Amino acid sequence: MIYREAGNYKTTYAADQAIFTLQLDRVFMTMVMVLAFLVVPLWANEYWLQAVLIPFLIFSLAAIGLNLLTGYAGQLSLGTGGFMAVGAYSTYKLTTAFPDLNILLVFLLAGFFAALVGIVFGLPSLRIKGFYLAVATLAAQFFILWLFNKVGWFYNNNSSGNITAPPRELFGLVVTGAAAKAQVRYLLSLGILTLFALFAKNIVRGRIGRSWMAIRDMDIAAEIIGIRPLHTKLLAFALSSFYCGVAGAMSVFLWLGSAETEAFSIFISFQVLFMVIVGGLGSILGSILGAAFITLLPILLTNVPLLVGLRIPIDLQKHIEQIVFGGLIVFFLIVEPHGLARLWQIMKEKLRRWPFPY
Amino acid sequence: MKINLKNIIWITMAVLALVLSSGGCEKKDGGSKQAGGGQEQFFPMLVYRTGPYAPSGIPVANGFRDYYDLVNKRDGGINGVKITWEECETEYNTKLGVECYERLKNKGDNGATLFNPFSTGITYQLIPKAAVDKIPIHSMGYGRTSAADGRVFEWVFNFPTTYWSQASAFVKYVGSQEGGMDKLKGKKIALVYHNSAYGKEPIATLEKLAEQHGYDLKQLAVDHPGQEQKSTWLQIRQYSPDWIFMWGWGVMNQVAIKEAAAIGFPMDRFIGVWWSGSESDVVPAGEGAKGYKAGAFHASGGEWPVLQDVLKHVYNGDMEKARANNWGEVLYNRAIVNGMYNVESVRTAQAKFGNRTVKGEEVRWGLENLNLTQERLKELGMDGFVQPVKITCADHESGGSVFIQQWDGSKWNPASEWISPISELVRPMIEADAASYAKENGITPRGC
Repeated sequence: MIYREAGNYKTTYAADQAIFTLQLDRVFMTMVMVLAFLVVPLWANEYWLQAVLIPFLIFSLAAIGLNLLTGYAGQLSLGTGGFMAVGAYSTYKLTTAFPDLNILLVFLLAGFFAALVGIVFGLPSLRIKGFYLAVATLAAQFFILWLFNKVGWFYNNNSSGNITAPPRELFGLVVTGAAAKAQVRYLLSLGILTLFALFAKNIVRGRIGRSWMAIRDMDIAAEIIGIRPLHTKLLAFALSSFYCGVAGAMSVFLWLGSAETEAFSIFISFQVLFMVIVGGLGSILGSILGAAFITLLPILLTNVPLLVGLRIPIDLQKHIEQIVFGGLIVFFLIVEPHGLARLWQIMKEKLRRWPFPY
Repeated sequence: MKINLKNIIWITMAVLALVLSSGGCEKKDGGSKQAGGGQEQFFPMLVYRTGPYAPSGIPVANGFRDYYDLVNKRDGGINGVKITWEECETEYNTKLGVECYERLKNKGDNGATLFNPFSTGITYQLIPKAAVDKIPIHSMGYGRTSAADGRVFEWVFNFPTTYWSQASAFVKYVGSQEGGMDKLKGKKIALVYHNSAYGKEPIATLEKLAEQHGYDLKQLAVDHPGQEQKSTWLQIRQYSPDWIFMWGWGVMNQVAIKEAAAIGFPMDRFIGVWWSGSESDVVPAGEGAKGYKAGAFHASGGEWPVLQDVLKHVYNGDMEKARANNWGEVLYNRAIVNGMYNVESVRTAQAKFGNRTVKGEEVRWGLENLNLTQERLKELGMDGFVQPVKITCADHESGGSVFIQQWDGSKWNPASEWISPISELVRPMIEADAASYAKENGITPRGC
């Protein structure tokens, strides 16, 4: 009743190919965008922006990246943290070597380097599949971090091995480093995420996405109908690493301000993988929902006792948070193994039939 | 299971309700924030009472809490301004550290007084923010060593000593044990370090000294969190060093000490950084830890007047309860020292700006003009507990002397006099590093 196709006529091919074919979807999306771009920066305080929303946006981007590879192309990867590190460290190297280079261009170049590294570590995917591939990408994770820790050139030989985001300007506004306003960094992250998500959505709807899905569902059949596994798989690795690389660059330059390799540990790889699994494999929206679940829920759980005025000892509170968080992951995977994106879809179906379900 | 939206919502709500009610049943933490009328000075506390670094984090958190509590109960606050505080759990994780920082920085009457991150990684992240938010950082004996150059790092303090000072003091100590610095030639020193910004800090200094004195330095990195060190210690066996230095933290320390005991390394030639020399590090290794040494910049034990005051005012003389809260342990005492520096900085700031709640900016002035003389320390019950400190605009480290303490199986005993660092080596390195930071981040050093 509320959400239905009736009355939406597609009269052009362009209308038929639109991402949001329903009027209602378009209105809803516009509202979300207005909310995210205009209302949130005006309303949210620095804590919300810096500690809650910016990490959420960055991890959404990383999750989209991994979803392209794992959800669409079916290649399981545990190297996300490593690819993010490549992005972060190349951004640092590039922007300290060429301080005048536009920071957005630097982000893209860093993503490009991450893509190259992704291709190299994606080569084994031509021979091995599934869990074995996951182990091969695990090697990427450990090798990359070891390299950045070991070779001083990557962190300009400073004594601590930390990379720090220097202040960089965009359109006359400081966007990176501590001097940048949280609102500016938020808007930049949101802008990058929006563009990249749109791009990813269009990739997966088109020829490339379909060839990825063909490879995922049955690679031999895909080969027979003329899809080249070498190109397809490596392209998936390249694009996925590109996304992760940009996310890694953003996490240092727009969020943390300073980081060491520990910030991109295997734990991050798992976290992003969980986002993709909880959110929904093979769904762009799912990546964002999954990122929201994994990054926002612990913060919510930490703050709930404070909000209701409870004073629990801090260690107990942390333990409760971990137990509840683990419990909720299990809960959601049991009620909906296809992730939060599927829940969203079910909700839309319900709304379509409401109030006369059958 | 039938997937039903209503069911899902109900179950989610039930789970949340369960969590909240289970939280409500727990005893309330009375000490974490004191509600007081009038003015309050708010101290944020970044703590880690959970995770692999908890053995080190718990005594520190308890020490801070008890010192603030002591000042409130014994003196009625700092010149009548009550101290309030709030803990935030970081798990020694830099990302959670940022969240905690953002959560706490604007609390209290006038915002956070100053931050003590107790994590080198978190300190690195907060250093650029300090100048923007106008909240000083005091990373006591950790964090970025070059923050000792106050001309570049206006908002960051790391007195009373730094990693580089300590590393040079260690080499001096080894030289004195070997019978002269010239005897260092050809000696083999292994450095076992936490593979992070923290653990890497001493490397440059030790390398430079190796060039000067001709000892051989082998660096062995231990990855976070350091529970697995078999390969490291196999390498040490093959290398058979004359001395081992360790830059460890959390669970890594006890594992290393156990491993050293297991390979039969002479423990009196194994020296840990001051973060690797507390009870929780040596007790798990049992008898094997006997003779193990560590650096220190304050005394251990509970016989000091300030600790007796804590026992009297905070624990009402209940020794058992005090011991259960790590009273008198090395890391607990360290937090007492840090708490004292915090309170005295506020007091110094009050002397200039008036006896009221002071802002971060004013506290920064207080830190920079902090002058703790022997007499003042005596009044505070800390004569001989720590060395006097005098901070200046250019020097945020002050002195930098350390001593070596040794574990005898039941307590830590001083094993050396105060050792001054090799300043003529360390200070130029600090200035060079600070200058390169200033250049990279477009900071103009202020004139001092």
